[in-house]
This record gives sequence, C-alpha cells and structure tokens, in this order.
Amino acid sequence: MSLRTIRIALWVAVAGFAVLATLAYFFVKVPAPGQGGIGGGDYALTTGSGAAFTPASLQGKPSMLFFGFTHCPQVCPTTLSEMAVWYEELGAEGEKLNAFFVSVDPERDTPAVVEDYVRAVSDKVTAVTGSPDQVAAMTKAWGAFAEKVPLEDGDYTMDHTASVYLIDGQGQFQGTIAYGEGSGPALEKLRRLIAKG
Amino acid sequence: MKTKIFRAGLVALALLPLAVSAIPAHEGHAHAAAPSGAEARLGTLAISGAYVRATLPNAPVAGGYLTIANSGAEADRLLSVQSPAAGRSEIHEMKMEGEVMKMRPLPGGLEIPAGASVALEPGGLHLMFMKLTAPFAEGTTVPVTLTFEKAGAVELALPVAPATAEDHGQHEDQP
Repeated sequence: MSLRTIRIALWVAVAGFAVLATLAYFFVKVPAPGQGGIGGGDYALTTGSGAAFTPASLQGKPSMLFFGFTHCPQVCPTTLSEMAVWYEELGAEGEKLNAFFVSVDPERDTPAVVEDYVRAVSDKVTAVTGSPDQVAAMTKAWGAFAEKVPLEDGDYTMDHTASVYLIDGQGQFQGTIAYGEGSGPALEKLRRLIAKG
Repeated sequence: MKTKIFRAGLVALALLPLAVSAIPAHEGHAHAAAPSGAEARLGTLAISGAYVRATLPNAPVAGGYLTIANSGAEADRLLSVQSPAAGRSEIHEMKMEGEVMKMRPLPGGLEIPAGASVALEPGGLHLMFMKLTAPFAEGTTVPVTLTFEKAGAVELALPVAPATAEDHGQHEDQP
C-alpha cells in the first residue's frame, strides 16, 4: 500500500467521521425546549412519603428531575450529592426549586426503599417510584431511557439517562444538566430556571 | 487509480470504528488524587490508591477503584475480584453513551499491558461489589482479593471512602 493510498484513506476516514459526528449530534441530543412534546403524557406515581406524584407535581415551582435507582454504585449517589451541594449553594433561592429522584427500577425500589436512599443524602429531594407501568409511562413522557441489563445469577442492572432534567414552573422542559457537567454551569442553569419561575 | 480509491475506502472503513470509539469524551481523567488508598506489590505489578465507596441505605452494591501499574516486560490480566463482604464481585466498565449511562461486566477480565498503568476510577472501569453482606460503612475497610493471570493473587484491605465523595474524575473544571 503506497503512502498516497494511506493518505487518501485517512482523509476518507476523517470525512466519514465528520458525517457520523454530525449525525450523532442531531440524533443523540436531547430535544431542545418545547420540542417534540417532551414531558407530555399522563402518569401516576407515588412519593417516598406516600403522596401522589403526577404531571401536576411538576407545576407551581421549577423542578430538577433525575431518573435513577438504588442498585446504582456511582452515577446516582454522585448526582444526589451534587443536588445537595447545589441546594447549599443556592441558599434561600433553593426554596423556589423542587427536586425529584424517580426510580427506574420499581421492582426493587419500593417507596420506603427509595425514600431511605434519597433521605440519606438530602432532605430537599423527593423520592418517587410507582408501578412498572406508570414508571414506564413517565420515562416515555420525558424521553428518558431506562433498560434492564441482565447479569449472571438472574441479577440485573439498569442502563439509564444520567442527565438532570430542568423543568419550569409550568411543567415545561427547559434543558438538562449533563452528568459530570460541574457545579459552575449547573448553578448558572438553576439560577436561570429559578428566575424564570 | 480506481482500485486505489477503492482500497483507500476499505482502509477508511477499517479505521472508522477507531474514530467512533473516541467519541465518548465523558470519561474522567484522574488528575485529582484519589483518597489515600491501599497499596500492594505483586511481582511486576504495583497496585495503588485502592478504595471502595460507602453505600447509601438500601444500596446493596458498591464500586471499588484502584490503579494497577505493570513495570514488567509482559502484559498481565486482572482475571477476577473476590470479597467475603459481597455475594458477587466483578470487573465492570461504565460508559456514557450520549446522555445514557451504561454499565457492563468484563467477563474476560482486564489487560494490564507491559509498561503501562490502568486506572479503575469513577466514570470508567471499576470493581463492582454486589449482594453485599452488610453496608460498606465509611471509616472501615473491606478485604478484597485480586487475581491476575500471571502474577497470581493478592489480598488488600480497601478503605471505605464517603458514599458521596467528590467524583473527581468528572469535574474537569476544578483545579
């Protein structure tokens, strides 16, 4: 193979990569605010303290919404502790912001189980779970991904969307905070969300 | 010329997966020191910064992290991890695909190339402890045995760091 062939090959690879990256940008990104009816649909779940959780629960105050589960060694504890830190940073402003940790593993996460888990990190975050059907209805409504991945021994783990959804006081999707985005940009987004109301 | 371009296309196709695998840029870099963890030497392997994270209530799973440096001339392979504190322990890889977190076991183990260092850290490779016999409590230690293909087995007492310890690998904006 001549050098020239390799050079051409590399450029073709670069072009191919550019096309793929462009496609990935358009298809992998979470839709922009107000796009594609994200957040639409009906669902009825339960909070850790036994109250009803419905689309109306995401109205009144702006909210942070995270989909996680208790059998999660890293992303979920990290995100919960980040939420706790954000509340500390927001101080009194944080009173105008709700936060929900919705379990995508309702078979194992009963209201009591997920309540204890969340409460160990923050008293500002509300634990939410429900029947598998209703949890599925909610993840579908928000375009969140959640899928069981079997492990050996009949055990399983979950693949799940790891971003924090930002929702305004009218229950409308406003954007996300990506996993590991850092508290600077996260707080900026939260302050903007609270200001919008 | 035509065949040349055709051949070039083939080579490009072969290269694409390499380029694509470079897309997830979410994985962290260990620029921040992990909590001072357990250390061990085993032949040409040096294990350092080994720790586990404490568990939150009702979480029967925990992640373990460490760095393995191989100063030898031959590659070795971490085949398995075992702990009396867990019903099952595996070597896992976590990956962000777009906004989705995916976790998979590495059934074939983890290669430690000659002269290289492999970091198991938050946001990427980790030891996964499941079916814990008791919660991992901060301030205690967890006995863990690592078995390598060539170097053999070594036992470490991994200190338990806070459950909500800063996830250093993910915060590139911090010093």
